[in-house]
Amino acid sequence: MTPDEIREEILDILENIAPDEDLGDLDDGVAFVDQLELDSMDFLDIVMELRKRHRVQIPEEDYTELASMASTVAYLTPLMKDLQKA
Amino acid sequence: MPKDFLKGANDEYDVIVIGSGLAGMTSANILGRAGYSVLLLEQHYKLGGMATWFKRPGGHIFDVSLHGFPYGMIKSCRRYWSPEIAAAIVPLKNIRFDNPMFSLTTTYNRDDFTRLLTDRFDVAPATVKAFFDTARGMNFYDDQAMTTGQLFEQFFPGRQDVVRLLMEPIVYANGSTLEDPAITYGIVFSNFMSKGVYTFEGGTDRLIQMMEAELLANQVDVRIKCDVEKINLRQGRVASVTVNGRTIKARSVISNANLRATIFRLLGEEQLDRQFVDQAREVRLNNSSTQVYMALKPGETVDESTGDLLFSSTAREFRTDLLLNRDVTSRTYSFYYPRTRPDGRERTLLVSSTNAHFQDWSDLSDEEYQASKADLIETTLDAVETYVPNIRRRLAHVEASTPRTFRHYTQHVAGASFGTKFEGLAISRGLPEQVKGLYHAGSVGIIMSGWLGAINYGVIVANDVDSMLMAAATSAPASS
Ligand SMILES: Cc1cc2nc3c(=O)[nH]c(=O)nc-3n(C[C@H](O)[C@H](O)[C@H](O)COP(=O)(O)OP(=O)(O)OC[C@H]3O[C@@H](n4cnc5c(N)ncnc54)[C@H](O)[C@@H]3O)c2cc1C
Repeated sequence: MTPDEIREEILDILENIAPDEDLGDLDDGVAFVDQLELDSMDFLDIVMELRKRHRVQIPEEDYTELASMASTVAYLTPLMKDLQKA
Repeated sequence: MPKDFLKGANDEYDVIVIGSGLAGMTSANILGRAGYSVLLLEQHYKLGGMATWFKRPGGHIFDVSLHGFPYGMIKSCRRYWSPEIAAAIVPLKNIRFDNPMFSLTTTYNRDDFTRLLTDRFDVAPATVKAFFDTARGMNFYDDQAMTTGQLFEQFFPGRQDVVRLLMEPIVYANGSTLEDPAITYGIVFSNFMSKGVYTFEGGTDRLIQMMEAELLANQVDVRIKCDVEKINLRQGRVASVTVNGRTIKARSVISNANLRATIFRLLGEEQLDRQFVDQAREVRLNNSSTQVYMALKPGETVDESTGDLLFSSTAREFRTDLLLNRDVTSRTYSFYYPRTRPDGRERTLLVSSTNAHFQDWSDLSDEEYQASKADLIETTLDAVETYVPNIRRRLAHVEASTPRTFRHYTQHVAGASFGTKFEGLAISRGLPEQVKGLYHAGSVGIIMSGWLGAINYGVIVANDVDSMLMAAATSAPASS
């Protein structure tokens, strides 16, 4: 998957996790928690969903890499580059 | 011949969950839904653990631990259970305090607390805001040096009344004290007090029935009356459990039993690292409870302004140790109006709860124990009289439970109602490093207890197990 496809995928996951949030004006460089009402369980859901959909394993010590959209995509790009978009 | 409660059970599962408390059930549900074969073993004849209820003749149903939980339950139930379960969660509107320092009713959210603290308690708005923001910003990995008492002293020096308002409900909610780390207070407080207190419409029985149906729909093999005796290892890795005379293999085991019981009874310390065992032995258990259950005669009602949840105390001072004292001066009343079970019979019930020390009840002779129970009931009825006049004449049924009752039903060491103190969390999380494939999920460390804490901890552990099983499947050499 390309970085753009990964971004789309994260957005799709976020839509399920936070159905009431408007993701249209998400600023990729700003932390999710400063724009959306996400708590630690929401981040865990992102991790679980990525594992379910793509078998991507994110160890607990790397959860901080998921702080913003930009950092998430940068972190996932090497892990997901060989995967095909579903 | 005794009934075989394991009839038809397989010889091997991907996951065995020991205990059907909210944490155990939630782990089982998530892993069943993800496609793993899951066996859920419960020693009691009912599912739910401390999330339980009992029926008495005359159509009375008592809830044991449905006094209130935070808003976050809606989200967790929607995601990890079902939209139907989430839809039955409704707010409690009248949270009332009555003690020698103040008497008031609140909706129990940040706005209302801000209003009360500034208008009635004359605290500067900026202080209130700074306090809420500090509590909200706390994380469990933060510094643990500051105690809850010190946190209050920093924002509200000398204000026992303010401390009482902010602390009393939390002491009841999880048994914490002013000496516990401030972060445990901060996390629970911001969970609880930001958006009000909620309950489950239809009662605990309906919730557990809905959860059981969901477990079965997700192919979880659910078994009651299955008391697990032992967790067996092979080469340092979890291999099987011994239950009702059978040995059932598993790739992973999640214990929802009490943390200390898991380590010292089910596993055995000889299996573990010396240092880990020493730390586990040091984990302090939380306190237990006593409760008095009262059912009014059919047709008898109580005005709803009496409150849904009433924190009452006759103690002039606020001290957390007084709340645990057998010489009870503080009680929390939960009123269950007919709307608690809209489809059930029209009944009004009342449960009085107090925190209690196990030791105060464990060493009594049978005779002393019965006398203490009778005394607990009589003194409680005297105290209730203030809020429900003529209670004795209007009563259809009354009985009491003590720390011994809680231990009997849940097998919790010392009847602990709220798991362990804060240090239990690290031991619970550290278990899989000691024994590959073995996990613990259940009330620990204050923040992971209560209905919501237990459910969320069940999710966290299910995530660990899923990750481990998937990694094992990927790295294992192809077998066929
Ligand atoms: C009196 C009281 C009032 C409470 N009020 C509230 C409240 O208002 N709001 C709130 O949010 N929380 C409340 N709580 C706390 C809440 O009920 C608990 O934190 C929560 O239900 C605990 O869930 P758990 O998953 O940790 O396990 P538990 O409920 O402790 O369940 C553990 C299960 O494991 C089973 N088990 C143990 N050993 C074995 C074995 N060897 N083999 C098979 N099965 C075994 C037990 O039988 C039990 O079913 C209250 C608790 C009490 C006691």
